[in-house]
Amino acid sequence: MEKMPRWADVILIPLISLLLAAIVSALVIAAIGESPMNALRIMVDGAMGSKYAWGYTLYYATNFIFTGLAAALAFHAKLFNIGGDGQAALGGLGVALVCLYIPWPHWSLAILGSIAGSALFGAAWALIPAYLQAKRGSHIVITTMMFNFMAAALLNYLLVNVLKPVGVMEPATGNFPEPTNLPNFYEMLAPLGIEFSRGAPANVSFLVAIAACVGVWALIWRTRLGYQLRALGHSEDGAKYAGINPTRIIIITMTLSGALAGMMALNNVMGEAERLVLNATEGAGFIGIAVALMGRSHPFGIFLAAILFGALYQGGAILSQDTTVPVQLILVIQALVILFTGALDNMVRMPLERIFLALHRAPKAAPTPVKAGK
Amino acid sequence: MDLTTLLQLLDATVRSAMPLLLACLAGLYSEKAGIFDIGLEGKMLTAAFMSAAVASISGSAWIGLGAGVGASLLLSGIHGLASITFRGNQLISGVAINFLASGITVLMAEAWFAEGGRTPSLSGAARFSQITLPFAEALRDVPVLGPVYADLISGHTILVYVGFALVPLTWWVLFRTRFGLRLRAVGENPAAVDTAGVSVVGMRYAAVAICAVLCGIAGAQLATAEPAAGFTKDMTAGRGYIALAALIFAKWRPWYALYACLLFGFLQALETRPDVVENLIGIKVQSQLLSALPYIMTVIILAGFIGKAIPPRAGGEPYVKER
Repeated sequence: MEKMPRWADVILIPLISLLLAAIVSALVIAAIGESPMNALRIMVDGAMGSKYAWGYTLYYATNFIFTGLAAALAFHAKLFNIGGDGQAALGGLGVALVCLYIPWPHWSLAILGSIAGSALFGAAWALIPAYLQAKRGSHIVITTMMFNFMAAALLNYLLVNVLKPVGVMEPATGNFPEPTNLPNFYEMLAPLGIEFSRGAPANVSFLVAIAACVGVWALIWRTRLGYQLRALGHSEDGAKYAGINPTRIIIITMTLSGALAGMMALNNVMGEAERLVLNATEGAGFIGIAVALMGRSHPFGIFLAAILFGALYQGGAILSQDTTVPVQLILVIQALVILFTGALDNMVRMPLERIFLALHRAPKAAPTPVKAGK
Repeated sequence: MDLTTLLQLLDATVRSAMPLLLACLAGLYSEKAGIFDIGLEGKMLTAAFMSAAVASISGSAWIGLGAGVGASLLLSGIHGLASITFRGNQLISGVAINFLASGITVLMAEAWFAEGGRTPSLSGAARFSQITLPFAEALRDVPVLGPVYADLISGHTILVYVGFALVPLTWWVLFRTRFGLRLRAVGENPAAVDTAGVSVVGMRYAAVAICAVLCGIAGAQLATAEPAAGFTKDMTAGRGYIALAALIFAKWRPWYALYACLLFGFLQALETRPDVVENLIGIKVQSQLLSALPYIMTVIILAGFIGKAIPPRAGGEPYVKER
């Protein structure tokens, strides 16, 4: 018997968790001497109050959709890929190499090349932890975490010593050539007669992110591989009994997850910076974990959660400009969301289940004496 | 390489190894009891901030240390609540704690001191001073042993000596006391401990609390022990993760934890002296390689090519009493 109706699991629990996170965040804001209502107003206005604001919110959201999908896909196979950040960093390297060293005639071809490059590099960075988990039983959380630091060191080395143009101090690649620059929302919407903000960084890779959502949905619920990885996630023994090879599924799932994380570079490296800089991911790989948790590992949920987190990042940045609240408030809110929707899930779930059970029993109280007569 | 350079390097090794060692032992208690803790980093960071902040207000490093330990205990309480009481995912809880710490420390530092996310610089009694052991100066002229005693063994803060003393103490507690036996059993087979009438929940909370105290000392060592002079933003800089790596490298054993932390501390010390490395092995080693080396070595150990690192069997699993 279901303990709870599905809508309660999918909508009610995340909403209550989110509300709890919001209440604690408000207390934190009040504690550092700012009015929570005023802060909320500035954040909402800064993230959604204009086309320019939306342009930033959707730009951040694009990053978080990719990393959120990466985390969620791994979650379905009960793998905790904490290495999304390193994989996204390597994806950036892939994009940079593709854009710098191949003379592309047009962005529409360059983006295909970059998708391949970023996915390949991201997948490669996830492959070794995947192999070690599948074959040698090393814990994937620890190995992917170690690979994050190795990715940081590797990119630091490459940018400082190899990819930096001669005579430049800043550790970054040169600007990508003009034909690889992706059209932003302003250029995309102008032919349709819609005037979008010219300076906002949201770009065509947002559409790639939406396509990735659909693709991941189809992969998880409409393919044999998706069935196998969900089966593995539910029970490794059961999956083995059904003839599923766990080694194969772990490696495929993790490389796909790494590829998704790597594709984030389409947005931040190719779409926005148009060159590869140090620490380009800005921790987006970790936010993917929060987004996947909040979105209940469903692509549509991830889409919504990514927009919410995009708004949080943009709103938080504006808040730190307009008030004395440091931008690190975002980290606190993000932590509270992870805590309440992820780690403390049962704190909300257990009492709710009890309430629903009680509601469920109440109408059935009458027929019990009949049963007792048997 | 002459003796002076070597001693400088080893002295720096001890200094960088100490926060790693304290955090590593903290993780040891927690993981031996079956609670994974990737929140070491966050606890250390929060403790570093609280100890420096309270030390600068109160003027006493010891009161600061108490506050740091208190803050660390609070975070451990959240971790315990999530992973023991509500049987949530321990890794997710740890990730949340690390984010919480890196955000809240800057928020509080701004609200209290408004100095760009740092505490005022500490001096005098507000920080732990370096102790000169007896006869250190008198014996300095003795060849080799004199400078070793004066520069390497003498001249650290009380927290460093406490850290070293904690290694045998931890070994004794974990492997020679009833408490230690129960703690290890909770990490291997909680059901058996439960059957014996010992509270699994109680043991795990105790382990998490010890972990918090050690992380608190590690944070205080980072921020308030000479030559450190206050908290700066994100000052733990990944040390919690290196400590976690050291713990795996040591295969969850106290003495090996000491060796692993000294090794990783040595690598950190080398990072600041590229000239020494170049003189020693004749080739220029990139500092990025040195900083990545602890992680690479840990992955190799994890891969099981050099012996097998077997974590406590019930690690990461919330305990559900059978009904």
